[in-house]
Order: sequence, then C-alpha cells, then structure tokens
Amino acid sequence: MPRSIKKGPFIDYKLLLKIRKLNEQNKKTIVKTWSRASTISPEFVGHTIAVHNGMKMIPVYVSENMVGHKLGEFSPTRIFRGHPGTKAEKASKVK
Amino acid sequence: MARIAGIDLPKQKKAFIGLTYIYGIGRITAMNILEKANVNPEKKISDLTEEEVAEIRAVMTADYKVEGALRSEVQQNIKRLMDIGAYRGLRHRRGLPVRGQRTRTNSRTRKGKRRTVAGKKKAPGKK
Repeated sequence: MPRSIKKGPFIDYKLLLKIRKLNEQNKKTIVKTWSRASTISPEFVGHTIAVHNGMKMIPVYVSENMVGHKLGEFSPTRIFRGHPGTKAEKASKVK
Repeated sequence: MARIAGIDLPKQKKAFIGLTYIYGIGRITAMNILEKANVNPEKKISDLTEEEVAEIRAVMTADYKVEGALRSEVQQNIKRLMDIGAYRGLRHRRGLPVRGQRTRTNSRTRKGKRRTVAGKKKAPGKK
C-alpha cells in the first residue's frame, strides 16, 4: 500500500537541509546518508549523494529521471557472484 | 468485419467482448468506450453499423492508448528504470522478478524454462 498523500513524500529532514545549504552556496560536495528510505526530491538533482548499502557508501549521481524514487533503489545491498558450483561465472559483477 | 486499431474483431462475439481483443482494453474499458460511443454492448460485432464502428473508433483515438503506442510506452518505462540504475531496472536486466518475490523456487514466468545446474553433489548415503 502506498503512503498517504496527506503526509506528502518522506524526505529525510536533515538531508534536505544539507542539500538546501549546498544549493544556496552553489556547491556540489558529496553528501553521505544512511537514509535509504528517503524520496528523491527535485532539489537533489545534480548532486551526488553517497547512499549507504549496509557495507559502504555508494555514490549516486541524481539525475532528473530519478525524482520520486527512493535513494535506496540506487544502492544495491546484495552482490550476486554466481551460484556455487557453476564454473562459468567467476566473480561476475552486478550491473 | 470491423477493424479497429489495426485489429480484426471477432464478428461472432458481443461488442464489449470483441473490443477486449485489442491490447490495452479489458472489459471495463470496453464498456466505458461503448457507453461513450452510444453503442449497445450486447450487440454482436457483425451487427454493428458502419457509423457505430466509426463512432467507437473516434472515441478510442480520442481517449485511449492502445496496441503499439501502449506497448512502446510500457517498454519506455522499463527502459527508464534500467537507465537510471534503479533496483527494479536491475531486476529487469537480469530477467528476474521485479517486485520482491522469492526466487529460491517458482518465478518461472520471469526466469523461463528450468535449466538444471549440474554438479550439486548429493549427501553421501550410508553403505
């Protein structure tokens, strides 16, 4: 079930403040965040946000198409390296 | 023979069923279209007059996206997901279920026919 419209999209407040600050100063530094559940708002476009995937921060360059998605969608939490026993796939990379 | 949106409608069927042969039109949409076009949905396709067919066509081109246009829109949406590198896009690329279903078993629709992986050793039985 989707989130109630009344509440509006969930955006991590502190993250939003940081991005706003960067926008004011016209700077593009990488912002680290653990808030994978945060929706990408139009203000984020053009910034690079490092999103935690449980192990490390994955830098995500936010483009216009990504608005409305969640940050976590761009920072995969699992790496599939092939099934045990199959020789063909040796340490195949995801993507 | 009525031809709408590049599809020949089956002439022995009732109008609202016949319309569902068009990609993008189910029963509800078919009923809505016929209502807007002022055509009796129970009427057989073969009994429709030229004017009625024209009316249906007019309603559909005005308000509904069907067949090729709809298919390409769906493809574009999928492509968008793949291009932005979203999780759902990655799943589309790999041909795996997109909405979080289990993949340990089932999900054959997405994964296709079973490919048996050789080499899994059975637990040694007792002698």
